Amino acid sequence: MSMGTELGNLLDWVEGIRRRVRELAKEWEDQEGNLIMILHAIQNEFGYIPRGVASELSKELGISMARIYEVITFYHYFRLTPPGRHTIQVCMGTACYLKGAMDLQNELERQLKATGGRDGEFHLESVRCIGCCGMAPAVVVDGETHGRLCPNDMAGILKEKRGK
Amino acid sequence: METKRLTTSDLDAIWAEAPAPAKMWIRVGMDTGGIAAGARQVYDALIDARDDLGLKIDIRKTGSLGLSYADPVVVVGGVDRPTVVFGAMDAESARDLIVRHCRDGYLLEDRVIATHERGRDLGGQPQVAMLVKDTSPRKNQDRTAFFQDLIREELGVHHQQAKVRVYRAKDMGLYQKGVCVQLLPSRVTYTNVSGPDIRRMIEETLQGGQVLTDLLETAGDPQQRIVLRNCGLIDPDELQSYLQAGGYRGLKRALTEMTPEQVIEEMKVSGLRGRGGAGFPTWLKWKLTRDPVADRKIVICNGDEGDPGAFMDRSVLEGDPHAVLEGLMISAYAIGAETGFFYIRAEYPLAVERIQRAIDQCRAAGLLGRNILGSDFSFDAQVRLGAGAFVCGEETALIASIEGRRGSPEPRPPYPSVKGLWGKPTSINNVETLAAVSVILDEGGEWYAGFGTEKSRGTKVFAVTGKVQNPQLVEVPMGIPIRTVIEDVCGGADHGARIKAVQTGGPSGGVIPLDKLDTPVTYESLQALGSIMGSGGMLVMDESDSMVDVAKFYLGFCVEESCGKCAPCRIGGFQMLKLLEKIHAGNGDPDDLGTIRDICHCMKTASLCGLGQTAPNPVLSTLQYFEEEYLDLVDKRRATSANQKREAITQWERV
Repeated sequence: MSMGTELGNLLDWVEGIRRRVRELAKEWEDQEGNLIMILHAIQNEFGYIPRGVASELSKELGISMARIYEVITFYHYFRLTPPGRHTIQVCMGTACYLKGAMDLQNELERQLKATGGRDGEFHLESVRCIGCCGMAPAVVVDGETHGRLCPNDMAGILKEKRGK
Repeated sequence: METKRLTTSDLDAIWAEAPAPAKMWIRVGMDTGGIAAGARQVYDALIDARDDLGLKIDIRKTGSLGLSYADPVVVVGGVDRPTVVFGAMDAESARDLIVRHCRDGYLLEDRVIATHERGRDLGGQPQVAMLVKDTSPRKNQDRTAFFQDLIREELGVHHQQAKVRVYRAKDMGLYQKGVCVQLLPSRVTYTNVSGPDIRRMIEETLQGGQVLTDLLETAGDPQQRIVLRNCGLIDPDELQSYLQAGGYRGLKRALTEMTPEQVIEEMKVSGLRGRGGAGFPTWLKWKLTRDPVADRKIVICNGDEGDPGAFMDRSVLEGDPHAVLEGLMISAYAIGAETGFFYIRAEYPLAVERIQRAIDQCRAAGLLGRNILGSDFSFDAQVRLGAGAFVCGEETALIASIEGRRGSPEPRPPYPSVKGLWGKPTSINNVETLAAVSVILDEGGEWYAGFGTEKSRGTKVFAVTGKVQNPQLVEVPMGIPIRTVIEDVCGGADHGARIKAVQTGGPSGGVIPLDKLDTPVTYESLQALGSIMGSGGMLVMDESDSMVDVAKFYLGFCVEESCGKCAPCRIGGFQMLKLLEKIHAGNGDPDDLGTIRDICHCMKTASLCGLGQTAPNPVLSTLQYFEEEYLDLVDKRRATSANQKREAITQWERV
């Protein structure tokens, strides 16, 4: 009985995704070259591009999976894996780099004890210039920008977010 | 107002009638940089304090004035009151601003940024405030507070302390000019003020009404705001705000008074060249796109500002989106296009939001759509997002990206002007170029050509960042020396350090050493130095920065961003980066420098697109001007290995 309910929920969920993909495809239907804009919409909704969703999209648009994969992997912005609960982005624009962005990155990696920086809770990534060069070096935590930082500030930033 | 379709006579009426100025107004710079620094909290605190006190103040959001170092920035003005810029605000000082400044008429300590407009005379008015700032502090010895006390004391002696108040300024826009004092409201500014001058200032100027000519600062502002004309002043979310600033006058003139050929001719007279970096004449690009016969033509605004450390385009898109849209519409009219795209980085969500809003507003007002302003011209635009690929700033890669493909460049010719988006003739212009187009059509090509030099006309916006005292956006006429931008506008190196070099053009540009800083800013002169104008990033480096590290940073960027299509860029860049890493780690060989030069030459000549062709520039120019830094690293390793051998011999002999 419970198996049946779970399966039912799962099927509902899959059907929900199908419906959503169809909606998105419909929204962009008569626009030429819509693939990237639809992928943006998917990432906004799911936080990344799940394989299953991409495969639904492939059917919906009549574009092969290979082409979708090609596009997702070419552009840095698209993620193939779910992000952590909190996203920490270290700006690697030139001004931030000169003012010690690498030190911030190293300290964060040390604190998170993970190279590449994912420990499930935090997703650490270095990003291209966020345009806040006036307050270099800058780090964006869950969309909130912190500027004029030094490595000693990193522990506090993580502590504030951890467990939330 | 905005739901109604505007006619030319509606527009004429808006332009003719000056809006009734608010008795008191406040503008809060709410661009990405300002918001990151806390402008939202400042804005909310201002509103709360205003409502608490029940004051009538028109508080609005604007884009950025460009003063990044002082974010969040708030400007206050009104009828019969001087316009004052406040920087480094927070929620607490925002409340102070309402209470102490707006209500009681005082200024705030350490927050006021003196404007670059300086007075020559007192204007026959009594002076009510003095701003003081030590602009050349020696280490740990800022004399600002000391002079503030001295002046106050002397005012007391003359029984003037109740009439004239003295405040410490945050910034004077003057550097290395000793203690500076600015009188308000006249903005008469004195530099290199010494102790004995204080009495003269009070007796001769304040009481006697005479300007002290020996102290008076007469140098004007080297800046010239054309592209940034509205940034930080108008509300970017309101079409009305742009219209009241004279917006869409250029479009109306083009549509009602000129043929497309005349528009192109006007651009030719203006001498405007592409501000994206390469400097291709804008009029020629339009003509080449207009000439081919095709059923459909397309215009694109390139807002894929990828140069790390540059934020000019973002500031314009966020601060004055309608100016860019107007420029795109004019280019479409000149070319004969009915479709336009904004290609903007997904990392700039606020810019995307504001452009989208501008488009929606124009559609509602009939400035986009069929038969715009009653003419035969029909046009509509839409936004497409980039997805984090530097190479997509390159025209053919950008086109591929809008088509929904990987952003791989294509060999040119055919140029996009012949075969572009979906094979149709396409003109791609940079954000800054288009923002200049709208004002050129309004003021005329000849007016614009009056700025700059013969080959590089007009102005250029630079984002000055790095080890500089006041990182900010600067717009200057072409042809002024780089030194003026760095030292006179931005205050020179931070913390009194010595500038070593300035990098222009980002990953495609090169470094300019200190002794070449007097070079005028033009496309040709920067190229002659081995750098490029680029999109406008200007990175200041001081003595503590390693040139090898900087070259490695930029090359690393290009290697990561290489699309991988052509071998010179894909393999050459990677191998050269390995060599640079090896040298930087102290394991280099003198031969490596020769190999690096060979790879540079190969990449420059054989790469398919601009990314690969220019990627070696940072390496080549650092090698040209700072070869000794490379040699030092290489030699250190030789020195160490010689040491090791000597040690080994000693050990061996000992046994």
